[in-house]
Amino acid sequence: MVLELFLNAVVAGILLGGFYAAVALGLSITFGQLDIVNIAHPAFVIVGSYTAYIANENFGIDPILAGVLFAPVFFAAGMLIYRFYYVSFERTEQESIRGLAFFFGIMFIIEVVLIMVYGVDYRLVEAEYIGKTVHLAFFDIPVRMLVPFLMASAMTLAVYLYLSRTFIGRAILAVAQDRLALQLMGADPVKIKQLAMGIAVATAAVAGALLIVIGPVEPSVGRLYIGRVFAIVILGGMGSIGGTFSAALMIGIAESLIATFYGPSWAPAVGFTILLLTLALRPQGLFGRA
Amino acid sequence: MKTRNRTFLVGSAVVFLAGLLFTGVADNEFYFFTSYVVLQAVVMATAWNILGGFTGYVNFGSAGFFAVGAYVSIALNKAFGLPLPFLILAAAVMSGLMGLAAGCLTLRLKGVYFAIATLAMAIVCETIVINWEYVGGASGAYILTPEDSLFFDSYIEMLFMVILSIAIGSAAVARYLSTSRIGQGLAAIRDDEIAAECNGVPTLKLKLISATVMGAMMGAAGAPYPFFVTYVDPASAFNLLIAINAIAMPMIGGTATWLGPIIGGLVVGGAQEIITVTISSEMNLLVVGVMLVGFITLAPKGIVGLFQDYLKKRRTR
Repeated sequence: MVLELFLNAVVAGILLGGFYAAVALGLSITFGQLDIVNIAHPAFVIVGSYTAYIANENFGIDPILAGVLFAPVFFAAGMLIYRFYYVSFERTEQESIRGLAFFFGIMFIIEVVLIMVYGVDYRLVEAEYIGKTVHLAFFDIPVRMLVPFLMASAMTLAVYLYLSRTFIGRAILAVAQDRLALQLMGADPVKIKQLAMGIAVATAAVAGALLIVIGPVEPSVGRLYIGRVFAIVILGGMGSIGGTFSAALMIGIAESLIATFYGPSWAPAVGFTILLLTLALRPQGLFGRA
Repeated sequence: MKTRNRTFLVGSAVVFLAGLLFTGVADNEFYFFTSYVVLQAVVMATAWNILGGFTGYVNFGSAGFFAVGAYVSIALNKAFGLPLPFLILAAAVMSGLMGLAAGCLTLRLKGVYFAIATLAMAIVCETIVINWEYVGGASGAYILTPEDSLFFDSYIEMLFMVILSIAIGSAAVARYLSTSRIGQGLAAIRDDEIAAECNGVPTLKLKLISATVMGAMMGAAGAPYPFFVTYVDPASAFNLLIAINAIAMPMIGGTATWLGPIIGGLVVGGAQEIITVTISSEMNLLVVGVMLVGFITLAPKGIVGLFQDYLKKRRTR
């Protein structure tokens, strides 16, 4: 019985972790590779949830499809945000702390605007697969967890292939390693970073749609994800897509086990505790180079 | 320097006496509630600036230090019924220790990583408090307002004087830290930590001092809070608004001097109270966010910096 509970918790954790990977993916690109501390990323994800909610509520579009459809809009927004960030902070080389406070403010503005427009009520979406459960041996797998997991895995794989196989993807990886060398090769680091930031914010549209499929969303839910996603990105070795995915699974499983055996009220601290321990003991992450 | 010290002392005494006079003259309790909120913000801003402004280590977890102070005060009040001055002292010690722990983190963590670690500290504390049934857990705790309010007309008037005293004390400490040799060392850390270390500045010691003072000050600001609101739950005590205010106010006022956070606290805190009353409480949050982003991008030196630039321009003309 305990073993069954344990295995079910592990499976739930893997599904949850896959979804966390989708949320952390964008930050892995911005924070891990571009050195932009986009603490507002979870807030962008919440915006993604609300766009999926609006599309679902008004036009009956499937929330995940809505997320994918809106990704180009988010992409454009991400490029604009980077432009602004570059002009205001990066060009004057004051990016780290002031940039951080800047994104902190942006996060706050997004949250307050959402509260002003939609209130603090929980919003949810409707789709056929929400509420169904797949029974496999003694596993009970809710479909509203399974679909986001599959979608998140597909998105992570797509970003991984894009970064490692295409010319521009490799240029993005290169800008993280050596900006000057990239410039000498004739590529414009600002344009490359702008593109990468666009991709990162675009993933938030899809991740947000997945979030609202998993459960109801209200504007301040994003805060809980700040520690979680930073823990995943740092644990995953800053910018390694594979590392991010593995770290996300680990945190998902850890949270699920804690929630099952000690109670859900302890679960939010899991990510932050792991983050604190990682920062204090092994700042380069589990999958990073020493 | 001597005359400046005297000016500061006289100024503090005038502010304190003005506060006393205020409690004697004003009857409407609303003024005291409003002033309390603004003064609490001034203390938080001053405390944040001691680490964030003077040394450049940005603390995102201010709400954590504040809430630990508030909860120490709740727990000790419930267990032993200690009077407020002892609660403030105990809260300052506890949050100061937490600040010391944060200071130890600076050994390994710089810049952004330190900021994120402080945020993580606050959330871990919040989770512990949520699961701590003695102080009410997630559902919160009620605090009875004590009957005794010394020689003031009402309890809120006494609390107002308490927070005013804490604010004056914080300003004095911040001023001492920034104008003494310690302040020069802290500024050296902010500009270039490695160069400072090479020149014999005891960087670790200074960082630990400023982190501990910051924590203690925030704890002291949190201790009277339960008596002010009479009901505290983790969601309100660890509110992100407290953290963002503590960052926004010094950045808007100017982080380089001890005066900046006080000006920022008075301006932003005052504006927030006015907007809350005249428009809505959501609007006041939006204004802080917009002001923060605006000042960071357009006027990174804050109000004090703008004023100094203005003076410089007039002098050269």
